[in-house]
Order: sequence, then C-alpha cells, then structure tokens
Amino acid sequence: MRRPKLLYVPFWLTFVFLYLPIAVLVFMSFNSGESAYSFDGFSLKWYGVLAEDEKIRDGLVNTLIVATGSTVIATVLGTMLAVGLARYTRSKVMDALVLMPAVLPDLVLAIGLLVFYGTIQLTLGLYSVVLAHGLFAMAFVAAVVRTRLTGADTSLEEASRDLGAGPVVTFMKVTLPQLMPGIVAGAMLAFTLSLDEFVIAFFTIGNNDQTLPIVIYSMIRFGVTPKINALAAILLLVSFTAVIAGQRLTKIGETRAQD
Amino acid sequence: MKSEVETQPVSRSRGRWLGAFVFLSPGLAYLVVLMLVPLALVFSYTVFQRGRFGGVVYEFTTENFERLFDPLYLNVLGDSLKIAALTTLIALLIGYPTAYLIAQLPKRWKTLALVAVVLPFWTNFIIRVYAWTILLSGPGLVNSALAKIGLGPYELLYNQGTIVAGLLYSYLPLMVLPLYAAIEKLDPQLREASANLGASGFTTFRKVTLPLTVPGVLTGSLFVFVPSFGNFVIPEMLGGSKSIMVGNLIRDQFLSARDWPFGATLSLVLIALLVVLLILQAWAARRA
Repeated sequence: MRRPKLLYVPFWLTFVFLYLPIAVLVFMSFNSGESAYSFDGFSLKWYGVLAEDEKIRDGLVNTLIVATGSTVIATVLGTMLAVGLARYTRSKVMDALVLMPAVLPDLVLAIGLLVFYGTIQLTLGLYSVVLAHGLFAMAFVAAVVRTRLTGADTSLEEASRDLGAGPVVTFMKVTLPQLMPGIVAGAMLAFTLSLDEFVIAFFTIGNNDQTLPIVIYSMIRFGVTPKINALAAILLLVSFTAVIAGQRLTKIGETRAQD
Repeated sequence: MKSEVETQPVSRSRGRWLGAFVFLSPGLAYLVVLMLVPLALVFSYTVFQRGRFGGVVYEFTTENFERLFDPLYLNVLGDSLKIAALTTLIALLIGYPTAYLIAQLPKRWKTLALVAVVLPFWTNFIIRVYAWTILLSGPGLVNSALAKIGLGPYELLYNQGTIVAGLLYSYLPLMVLPLYAAIEKLDPQLREASANLGASGFTTFRKVTLPLTVPGVLTGSLFVFVPSFGNFVIPEMLGGSKSIMVGNLIRDQFLSARDWPFGATLSLVLIALLVVLLILQAWAARRA
C-alpha cells in the first residue's frame, strides 16, 4: 500500500506536539534553582521537598481512597448491568441510559450532583466524590464488559444449565470466570479515570478534603515552583507504567481466555 | 457482532424477568438517584428565580432564558463555539493524516504508535495543561529559543490561540482513535480499484477514502468538540482573566455568583447543543 511521504509531516508533528510539553516538564523538575521556567543546573532537591509536603501526601491518600471506593462500586454494578443488558433485555433505551454518564459533559454531571447533594442536605466529603466517580466509572466498566459478552460463546453456559447447574452456580462458575479479563480491564480503567478526574471532584468534594488533582490545581494558582514539576514527573511515570502494564495484562488475559 | 447479540438465548420463562431484575436493578437505581434525579432538578431550576442569598425561590420565571440573549452572554457562547469549532477543525487536519499513516504501518509499529498517541491522554489532565504554561510562559522554553535567534520575547500565554492549543493537546487522541478505527476498517482493494481506474492519489482520497470514513470523522469531531465547548479549566489556566468560555460562566454561577437558576439554564444550553450534535451525527452517519 502506498504511503505518501507528505503524510509523515503531520504524523511526526503529532508526536512532537504530544510529547514536547511533557518532556520539558520532566526536564525542569530536575532544576536546582527556584524557578519553574529557567534551568540553573541539575538537582533532585525538589523531589525531597515533595516527599515532605503534607498537603500532597493527604491529597494522594484521598485520591487513592476515592479511586478504590468508586472502582468497587463501578466494577460490581457495571458488570451486573453488562450481564443484565446482554442476557436479559434488548432495550436500546436502557443501553443508552447506562452509557449516559460517560457521554454527558463532566461539568453537567458535576453540577447535577452538587445541586442534588445540596437538596438532600448531604455534607460534602470524600464519600460524595466516591459516589460521583462510581457513577461515570460504572458506565465505562459496563461498556468494556459488555464488549466481551457480545463476542462470548454462550454454549458453555448452556452446557452448564443442561448439566443441571442452577443460574447462580452457572453465573459464578462459568460466566464470571469467562468475563474476568474484561472485568479486570474495566476495573483498571475505572481506577485510572478516578485518579485523574478533576471537574466532578472539584464540585462535589466540599472544603475539607482535597484529591491530588485539586491539590495540584490550587498549587498552580498560587504560583509555580519546580516542586509541582517534580510531582508532575512522578505522576507521569506512574500513569505511563500503569497504562503499559494494563496493556500487557489485557493481552495476557486474552490469550489465557482463548486457551 | 449484532447478529450474535440477537441469537443469544433469551429464556422464555419467568426466570428472564427475575434475572433482568436481579442484574439490572442495583445499577439502574444508582443511575436514577445520582444522574436522572439530579438532572431533573437542574432542569427544573431553569424556570425558577434565584434567592437573594443564593439558593432557589420556587416561583416561575422566564427571566433565566431571557438573560441568555444578553449580548454579554451571547458573546461568551459565540466565543465558546468558535474556540471549540476551531479546535475540532485543527484536530481533524492533524489527526486524519496521523490516523491514516498509523493504519498503514506494520502491525508491530501500529500498536506502538497507537499506545504513543493515547499515553499522554492517560496522564492527569491538570498536569498536561500545566505543561503548556511551562513551555509558553514569558521566560519559558519557546521564548528562550526565540531569543537565541534574536526574536521576542512574546506574550504567548493568555489569549484564545493558547486556549485552542491547550484544548487540542488535551483532546487530540479522541480524534485520532475513531479515525484510526474507521480507516483501519477500509478494504484496501477499494483504493487499489480506484487507482487502477486511473484516479490520482488525491482523487482516490476525496472520492473513496474520505466518504467511507465519514462516520469516524463525525465521532472524532464530536469527541473533541463536546469537552472543548464546556471546558473551564483550560480557559482559566491558559486563557487568562479576559477569556471566558461557557464552562467558566457555569462554574461561576454555581460557586461564586450563587445564581443556580441561571447556571442551570446555561447547562441546559450545553446539553441541548450535545443533543443536536448527536442527532446530526446519527443522521449523517446513516447517510454516509
């Protein structure tokens, strides 16, 4: 197949565009000076400063609590929805409803929840963010698991039923193990989405707690230091590793499921 | 895929209803309580008055909708449309050739290129936007480089162009992926046939490749346009105080002005636009 040479220009431009800002950010995190903009020399001191920052530590803990809680909710409910939709109904309306939290602008979801929490006079805190993140993460889990179910072979389930296993046993011993790679992939997606989510957390967290994205946001508004660059560099490393590991895992899961 | 869904056994007994209830009701209840009820609340606020100290007074008014036509707010809506449309257009112009080339790569490189496109998307959104301030600020890298060749310094931050760059940076992967999926699906024989019949590369693209990938173009455009239009973080961080998009306006109505009814009305505009775009997309995709 022909590959016109001219196409390589926007192709490489895309990658330079995507990676240059990140590369500069990581580079500047090793600055020995006080400025986030001009490089004075190499040093790791901002990583040390970072380790001692309590706000960041609290933010990290909060983020992990929220991500874990919302992932549990999203994975359980999302998987059930996917199974229910694939096996028990053919309702297009319900399909659309389940996907809606993923399609709605995050700002609309965020103010909806803010208004709702206000109306039922719920004091905002970490749990209000857990519930909110569970909502949109559930849509993603349902979508991922659903894709697996649609392609899955139902003969094993039928065989299990023919051999006298009840619906519960069949679900636990046949359907669920078959779905596992999809569920794990969905759960990882939910966790990562929650880690990075800013807009909904910003509206639903109240004044006492902060997740890491909110800590970073307020730090930037107060002025920029290489400390933020160091934090950014670490987070970049973590999410890059997670995505690549996730890629590998799903691949392993898929090969295993085929065996 | 579709036929597989439809051939799945749907048991005819009462077990089907029980199963549907057991599997679907927890998730659906969650959706109703935390999404449908909140949305209904927000939309009901659009016809009520604001309280003197925030909150809502439940007296009917059309004032919130009339305020939308205030030139002040019309300007913000117009700017938001312009910025989001420009971002989408540029994303399409860069994204299409990128996706096209990725689809032609050998399998190994294809996967690598796709991961490389998506990777930045999986890092914190705030950090990605922040990276631009480092790059473009007064003493930043771009200005230092320009100074070496005797130019600048320029004020590169805090204008609408910077907002477009930031939005483009954040959402470009959402354009490339659906385009890739659409181009990948194309049968290469169609292009060969076109070439054999004497069409030039460009004609083949215009008459064969492009029309067949219209659904991908539409999906990608929607994926970029929607989050761009309602964004408030990027205009704030990269646009400075003069640049306000509709997202900033909504945020301010809820968090500082405490005018929830007008904020709700602005969000309704956001949703209405989304619905119109979804309908247009479905219609155009069916025609393509």
